[in-house]
Amino acid sequence: MDPLLLLVQALNGLQLGVMLFLLAAGLTLVFGIMNLVNLAHGSLYMIGAYFMAAFQGWTGSFLLALLLAVPATLVVGVLVEVIVLRRLYERDHLDQVLGTFGLILFFNELVRVIWGPAALFVSMPAALSGTVTLLPGAPYPVYRLLIIGVGLMVAAFLSWLVTRTRTGMLIRAGASNPTMVGALGVDIRLLFTLVFGLGAALAGLAGAMAAPLLSVESAMGDGVLILTFVVIVIGGIGSIRGAFAAAVIVGIVDTVGRAFLPILLREIFNRQVANAAGPALASMLIYLLMAAILAFRPRGLFGARG
Amino acid sequence: MRVPVIDRPRIATFLLFGLLALVPVYAGLFDQPFYLTLFARVMIFALAAVSLDLVLGFGGMVSFGHAAYLGVGAYAVGILAYHGVDSVLVRWSVAILASAAVALFIGSVSLRTSGMYFIMITLAFAQMLFYLAVSLKAYGGDDGLPIAQRGAIGPIDLNSSTQLYYLILVLLGLALALAHRIIGSRFGRALEGAKWNERRAVALGIAPYRYRLVAFVISGTICGLAGALLATLTSFVSPSYMAWTRSGEIIVMVVLGGMATLTGPIVGAIVLLVLEEILATITIHWMLILGPVLVLVVLFARRGLWGWIAGARHG
Repeated sequence: MDPLLLLVQALNGLQLGVMLFLLAAGLTLVFGIMNLVNLAHGSLYMIGAYFMAAFQGWTGSFLLALLLAVPATLVVGVLVEVIVLRRLYERDHLDQVLGTFGLILFFNELVRVIWGPAALFVSMPAALSGTVTLLPGAPYPVYRLLIIGVGLMVAAFLSWLVTRTRTGMLIRAGASNPTMVGALGVDIRLLFTLVFGLGAALAGLAGAMAAPLLSVESAMGDGVLILTFVVIVIGGIGSIRGAFAAAVIVGIVDTVGRAFLPILLREIFNRQVANAAGPALASMLIYLLMAAILAFRPRGLFGARG
Repeated sequence: MRVPVIDRPRIATFLLFGLLALVPVYAGLFDQPFYLTLFARVMIFALAAVSLDLVLGFGGMVSFGHAAYLGVGAYAVGILAYHGVDSVLVRWSVAILASAAVALFIGSVSLRTSGMYFIMITLAFAQMLFYLAVSLKAYGGDDGLPIAQRGAIGPIDLNSSTQLYYLILVLLGLALALAHRIIGSRFGRALEGAKWNERRAVALGIAPYRYRLVAFVISGTICGLAGALLATLTSFVSPSYMAWTRSGEIIVMVVLGGMATLTGPIVGAIVLLVLEEILATITIHWMLILGPVLVLVVLFARRGLWGWIAGARHG
């Protein structure tokens, strides 16, 4: 096995991991605090990417588009929270799944109505489209490194926000006993809206940053939503630390598995079997990982709530 | 619980099956074979919805991966047909056994969790099978696998749409009767009891895990039969049968029709699929309407349509 290729694939995995973390952080906070299963979180990711494409076409600047796309997604998130989701907090999980499933159908179709059925593309600025040589013989795209950097910064910021600030204290208190926090004079509805908006902004950031790497199209958030679920289930629902650890694990296992499992199988089985089973097994790997973790720790690695 | 022979839900159920039995007559009279295929598909999804109601409505288990069994059943038929197995009975039996085995595995792992975790782990297992189907290049991968012959069971020729239609109708009726028997039995009472109050059920000597697992396997098996029927009807299998949105649609059918009512999910399947057809003829952006409709149903119509048709809670 080529160690340089392994390094590059591990970095790709880390990049996927921090991307998943941006989504998982919002989803796990919303579940931990409002007890809400939000399937429409993937839609916010998609909306972030569409905003990125639209604003880039409009302003012609990558940075400006990014700076506009994130708050715009936040506004959409807050609107969705105020109009629909707020009414679902007190309902059971089934109602939440159904209501937010309806929202996914709506948003997937809405972007088609607004931006047309064809996929959009976002170009990255020239300064970020090159590669850097990490080790001799291992060039790596600057843009992916940037995503990793931004993701780690957001993780550090969230950890500071939740453990070191007054807002973070309220968030933690709201997670363990929202009624009591409300009784102590905190505007709990506002707190919920703020947390939801924060999650929406992070999802928008993930979508906007992923936009140059993918084609921006309807339903692009659906697949990544399921991966995010895997992440927060492995990490333990409600735990930011768990979300970070699990996001990195899932990102690396998935990416490295897809790259090396077929090669590894070729060493053991004959070529034909390996070529058939390799990709199949690689795409199932993270789900098997999740099943194995849940079989031994039904509440995930860092989870406290069920 | 003794149910009087003549009550509103029962009459409504018989009326519903009577109307379904008349669809081929209508389709033949007005030369609209399209309705025959549409309602055959509707009944297959109704079968899947009834199977989901057993675990969702009566067992309180929100399985977000029921499309997986639909897919397993369909792929069993497709793969056997691909390898030249012409006997429909063999195809369907293997489909049923395979989906039972998959449900046993998924259920035994998933039921160790509950609540949110259960929703997501069932979803993830379904995704796993979805990607497995996509990566099966030998069986068509992404593009799916056509089935050359629908085949025949004894005198019943499945290539005749009408005969296949009535066979599906009979199977739906049998599945509904079976589900009623299960729910009315001691087993069903225990299952429902564990849903309402797990601690009390445990104190009464009922081990909820076992009851839930058995219900889960029964449900997965019936859903697998629905998958085999779907593959037979469309003469085609593809990974899209297992798409996670499909699992969502089956849940919508159950809730729309009315949870824990058994006949309700059939009504839910009819209403949802017919509504989709109608909206699709009005605009290509029909999901823009269907999405908010779902949200409104969740917010304002919790009891489902069956509660409104049949009056009292059924079962």
